[in-house]
Amino acid sequence: MGSVSVAPVEIERPETGESPFAVAEPDVPWVTLVHNDPVNLMSYVTYVFQAYFGYSKDKAHKLMLDVHHKGRATVSSGSREEMERDVQAMHGYGLWATLSQDR
Amino acid sequence: MAGHFEPLPGGGAAVALDEVEISILRSLAVQLLELIGPGESQGPDEADPLARLFAEGPSEPPADPALARLFPDAYGDPGAEQDRRERAYASEFRRYTENDLRARKREDALGVVGSLDTLSPAGGGGAVLRLAPEECRRWLGALNDLRLAIGTRLEVREDDDTEELFRLPDEDPRKPMVMAYLWLGGLQETLIEAMTG
Repeated sequence: MGSVSVAPVEIERPETGESPFAVAEPDVPWVTLVHNDPVNLMSYVTYVFQAYFGYSKDKAHKLMLDVHHKGRATVSSGSREEMERDVQAMHGYGLWATLSQDR
Repeated sequence: MAGHFEPLPGGGAAVALDEVEISILRSLAVQLLELIGPGESQGPDEADPLARLFAEGPSEPPADPALARLFPDAYGDPGAEQDRRERAYASEFRRYTENDLRARKREDALGVVGSLDTLSPAGGGGAVLRLAPEECRRWLGALNDLRLAIGTRLEVREDDDTEELFRLPDEDPRKPMVMAYLWLGGLQETLIEAMTG
């Protein structure tokens, strides 16, 4: 039986030069942001937050006011995949939503 | 035009519409369908359902501002320049989601046309449209999409812009579109009240 070395093998990293773009940090959560727009009715935005996220009327209303007054609000957080799902749903409802890494 | 929805006992909503209102709503929904477009790949595989299933959507935002508002980028702050990563992610997201999104919006608009086509205005020209809860959701989506499209055309960008539209003089060429925009807003608002009240 041949000996098995447990010493770390030196791997020569290929010179990649400039990476095409910075890779997302895996451990930092992502958030779904809903942005203010003057067309969507306040009652509709509140309705969407209740219908899709299952938020209480109070929480949905507060988030809607944040969107309206601060220009945007964080409506959910989680993995990138989960946030893409939420953003897609928001676009389905016609809300202006984006996802970004919360840092 | 003073249409507003009322809740129906047991769920759903109803609105009384006259002949002109029915024809305006139908025409707007059809225009929305034309704006959204067929949204399927135009290649030689068009007839192949399997190829259609795996067809990728576009990777760039639509050039038309109204369409761009209906199908916004998922990455990057509105109004700010995207960095390379955001651009790449937004393109990828669009390729995998835009076709589904277009299909959903098409179905909502088709739902509106379909329920209007069941109406048979009586001698006086009016009819009462009754929507089941599922139809209410489609109408709500389509009314919102219509307002987004018309709002973009009217260049409603700030909260104050709507106030300004209220005060347009009658001879302004935008007036008919503004009337439709405000009327749709009333329909949507009362539909939400009927659905949630």
